Formats: sequence, structure tokens, C-alpha cells
Amino acid sequence: MQDSEKARKYRQRVNEKAPKSHVFMQCVNAFWVGGLICCIGQALNLIGSELLWLDSDDTSAFTSIVLIFLGAFLTGLGVYDKIGSFAGAGSIVPITGFANSIVAPAMEHKYEGYVLGVGAQLFSIAGPVLVYGITTSVIVGLIACIV
Amino acid sequence: MVTDFIWAFIIGGLICVVGQLLLSYTRLTSARILVVFVTAGVILTAIGVYEPLVDLAGAGATVPLMGFGYALAKGAIEGAMENGIFGAVTGGIIATAAGVAAAIVFGYLNALIFKPRTKK
Repeated sequence: MQDSEKARKYRQRVNEKAPKSHVFMQCVNAFWVGGLICCIGQALNLIGSELLWLDSDDTSAFTSIVLIFLGAFLTGLGVYDKIGSFAGAGSIVPITGFANSIVAPAMEHKYEGYVLGVGAQLFSIAGPVLVYGITTSVIVGLIACIV
Repeated sequence: MVTDFIWAFIIGGLICVVGQLLLSYTRLTSARILVVFVTAGVILTAIGVYEPLVDLAGAGATVPLMGFGYALAKGAIEGAMENGIFGAVTGGIIATAAGVAAAIVFGYLNALIFKPRTKK
């Protein structure tokens, strides 16, 4: 009886002293930054379809291209890493984060040369993404053939 | 039109929160999260779950990397319907060609132009 009382007090004390988890605030920041990037995408969709009169396929291509350019350019300027340290997954998960994952390692490894440095490191993260994405999509396509 | 933006914000934000929870509570690195999201996008599209989300949220569902998986799977399925096995193999990359080419070209040019910053 006394032991469990002691244990309860101990846990209470640990909870008081342990640093507060910042997961909630991280999620809030990821939510609004990620949501904002998607809204920029939505605005680009609107520009593509209403101002440039693109069809739906070209509109989504247009939006991807502009967002990828912005992600790559802001990474080059060093701005995207600052956004990333604040927004966490809010900056990693959108397609701009994919662009970031291409530029950042390529830039870092420039000293290794232009083939095995820049050229190979472009794909250090994008490579696995393409490998798994394309492989599963081909499997899905083949299944769709049978079904 | 305003509701389109609100849905894009909410769904896009929630997908990022899922990524943040994976980042905070599991040992997944950001590279693994990107791989998980693309693969999840392909599978969710294949079982018909993702398409309604795209209809609802627009860019909120297509801008996160799951949307890349969605475009891959949709291209592969449409290719399979039109050209059979050949279409199933080519469809995904055709549908995402713009994004992949843009990522390679802009990625390469920006990596050439800019110098890495010393981490502070």
C-alpha cells in the first residue's frame, strides 16, 4: 500500500520535472505551414485553369513545376531550412519538401565533384522515393490489367 | 471558391500532422517518411480512397507527397485501361513526367548556383 503510494508520488514528481513534450506545438506548426503550402498550390491551380486556360492535367503539372521551383530555390537561398526547423513535417511532406530533399544534399556534396557529388546526391532521398513510388505504381497498374 | 481553399488548408494540414506524428513518435527519418507517403499515396489511390479526397480538397491532397503517389497510381491504372500491360508500365511516369523533370532540372541548377551554408 505504502509502496504504491510512493510510486505514485515518484511518477508525479517525474512528470513535473521532465521537460514538456513539444509534440503538440510541432503538430500545430506542421498543420498551418503545410496547410498554407497547399493553399499556395490551390492558388496556382486557379491561376493555371482560369488565367492560363490549361486543361486539368496541364494545370496539375503547372502547379507541381512552380512549387518544385520554389522549394528548390528557397533551399538554395537557405530559407527553406529555416522554415523546416520551425514547421517540421509541414515543410517535409509537401512537394516543396521533395524539392528540398533534392537540392540540399546535392549542394552539400558539391566538393565531391559534379558527377558523384552533385549528380549522385541529387537522388540520395529522391531516388528511394522514385524507386518505391514507381515500383508500387507499376504493380498497381499490372493488377488493374488483370482485374 | 473560398471553401476550396479552406478544404485544401485543412486536409493538407492534417496530412502534414500525420507526418509530424510519425516524425515525433517513431524512429522514421524524413527520407523514410517521404517513401512511406509516396507508397501510401499509390496504395490509397489503388483501393479508391484517395480520389474522393482529391475531389474534396484539391491541392490539399495533391500537393503533399501522397499526391505524387496518387498521380503515379492514377497514370498507371489509366495506362492499363488504355494500353494493357504496356500502359501499366509507362502510365505512372508519363503522368508525373513534368514533376520529375522539373525536380531534376531545378534541383540540379539550384545546387550548382548556390553554395551550402555552414550550419549554425
